[in-house]
Amino acid sequence: MGKYQQKTIIIGGGILFALLLIMAQFKMIDLYVQSVIMFIGVNIIFATSLSIVNGYMGEFSCGHAGFMAVGAYVSSLMSVMLFTPDKATGLSVLPPSMSIYLFPVIIIIGGVVAGIAGLLVAIPSFKTRDDYLAIITIAVNFIIVTALNNMEVVGGSRGYMGMKKVIYGMEGIIKFPYMLFWVITFTIFAIFLIRRFITSTYGKGIIAIKQDEVAAEIMSVDTNHMKLVAFMFSSGLAGISGGLFAHVIGYVNPGSFSILKSTEGLVMVYLGGMGSLSGSVISAILFTILLEILRPLQILKWVIIPLMLILVMQFRPEGLMGDKELSDFFPKLKKYFKFK
Amino acid sequence: MSLLKITDLTQRFGGLTAVSDLQVDLEEGGLYGLIGPNGAGKTTIFNMVSGFYTPTEGTIDFDGTVINGKKPHSVTALGIGRTFQNIRLWHDMTVLDNIRLSQHYHLGYSVFEPFIRTKNYYSNEKRIEDKSMELLGVFNLQDIAQEFPKNLPYGIQRRVEIARALAANPKLLLLDEPAAGLSSADVVDLIDHIRWIHDNFDITIWMIEHQMEVIMNLCKYIKVIDFGKTIAEGTPDEIQKNPQVIKAYLGDEEEMYA
Repeated sequence: MGKYQQKTIIIGGGILFALLLIMAQFKMIDLYVQSVIMFIGVNIIFATSLSIVNGYMGEFSCGHAGFMAVGAYVSSLMSVMLFTPDKATGLSVLPPSMSIYLFPVIIIIGGVVAGIAGLLVAIPSFKTRDDYLAIITIAVNFIIVTALNNMEVVGGSRGYMGMKKVIYGMEGIIKFPYMLFWVITFTIFAIFLIRRFITSTYGKGIIAIKQDEVAAEIMSVDTNHMKLVAFMFSSGLAGISGGLFAHVIGYVNPGSFSILKSTEGLVMVYLGGMGSLSGSVISAILFTILLEILRPLQILKWVIIPLMLILVMQFRPEGLMGDKELSDFFPKLKKYFKFK
Repeated sequence: MSLLKITDLTQRFGGLTAVSDLQVDLEEGGLYGLIGPNGAGKTTIFNMVSGFYTPTEGTIDFDGTVINGKKPHSVTALGIGRTFQNIRLWHDMTVLDNIRLSQHYHLGYSVFEPFIRTKNYYSNEKRIEDKSMELLGVFNLQDIAQEFPKNLPYGIQRRVEIARALAANPKLLLLDEPAAGLSSADVVDLIDHIRWIHDNFDITIWMIEHQMEVIMNLCKYIKVIDFGKTIAEGTPDEIQKNPQVIKAYLGDEEEMYA
């Protein structure tokens, strides 16, 4: 891969991104399309983060939405508490103008806290794996959702809101499609980090765990350490996607992070193919768009989507991409971007 | 100088004593054999030495460090490499990656450097890659560096597995039935191959093997165990004449006619 081609793709991507932002700024694309783009971004982060554990490491985590919830609530609480004017004094803790700079920091803090929550799954994973670990992850999902349901500080089952005000506050200072910008930036950031992790000899340790854990341990891979890192990294990114999700919608309730959301993540990873980063990205895009296209069918769409999943699993059990990357199908792409 | 010194090693699984009161003393640079009938506890001994099982009793002293109770990856980092009876390569990873990953204990960069990609990261990745390619070159495997092990013939897979074990710079190499599943022509190659490794890598080898041809040709000193107990040890000639060994392998004559 030449430096020249790499520059082309960075500049090309940058121009596209800028064009999108300009179009959003001058209302050339309507809010609905913008929101779909943002959901695609959130789903890409969610799916790729899950693919670290389920795809690359070969463990079966099915409570990933729990970590998304942690990130969503932590960042929402922070942004609302810091930047919403107090009813009595009319002043917020920090001046609202700072929210423009601190917003990404808040999202990352949400991710860090979710990463720490990832320890809940990482530590049991030292001893158990496969079905047993799957049960533990479901349990963790339930623990987090039930805890949120019963915490009156965050509104219990009614949910928590006020994030829209913070975003409007930001837009009131300088008019700019902040959420669109940050969602896309974080999406690129997440893919970039995962790719760097997975292409290093260090990160490939988790692929060794997937293929033969005993051999990995004997051949000097510290499997406990790798599991810890992978689970924390994965749940941290899920937390980031949760924080963005909360700020895109402007409202969170525990119900949105139930086991159903985790299942959506699993669907995206398995549809895309285990151990394929571009597969997860593509299937996250397809899945989100499909949900939107089938929206007029209302409840029927939950018949059609699972049906499509059954068909894919029947005729292409390895998922759309298997463990291949885009460059394996289109070798010409290798010139522009090294996928693995 | 003694490299591996095992004293009073015992391993019990519930009521079953798999290995009892084992004494082993391997000198540096030797080529040792471990034989015994099926289920005698040979692989259990290797599993204890490589840190996979924690011994019930006794100590394993490797190069001045007591290693029982240590995790397998840290035992490997101390300098014990091993291969498996049934080849355990990472089959969906290239041969090069297989070799590269067994240097995981000594990457030379911190957890965050893969993300930030510092100079140090690149130079260490380069070092690992160069070393892996060099090792593959030594084994004449450089042409299959980008192949997946699952697509390779069994004999080549064995060689890749031995190369992978050597990538971690072991002082002691444990070979668990290296000739299992090989054709007789491959076995002859393997004997030369192991002797060549022993001479060129300055390494101590301890091997389990069922094929007497391999053991008698290679090993200078052999230990025979049965039901977890040592029944004989000595040079190949002594072992071949030992009545107890013959009894363990062929059965008791009186018992047979009784």
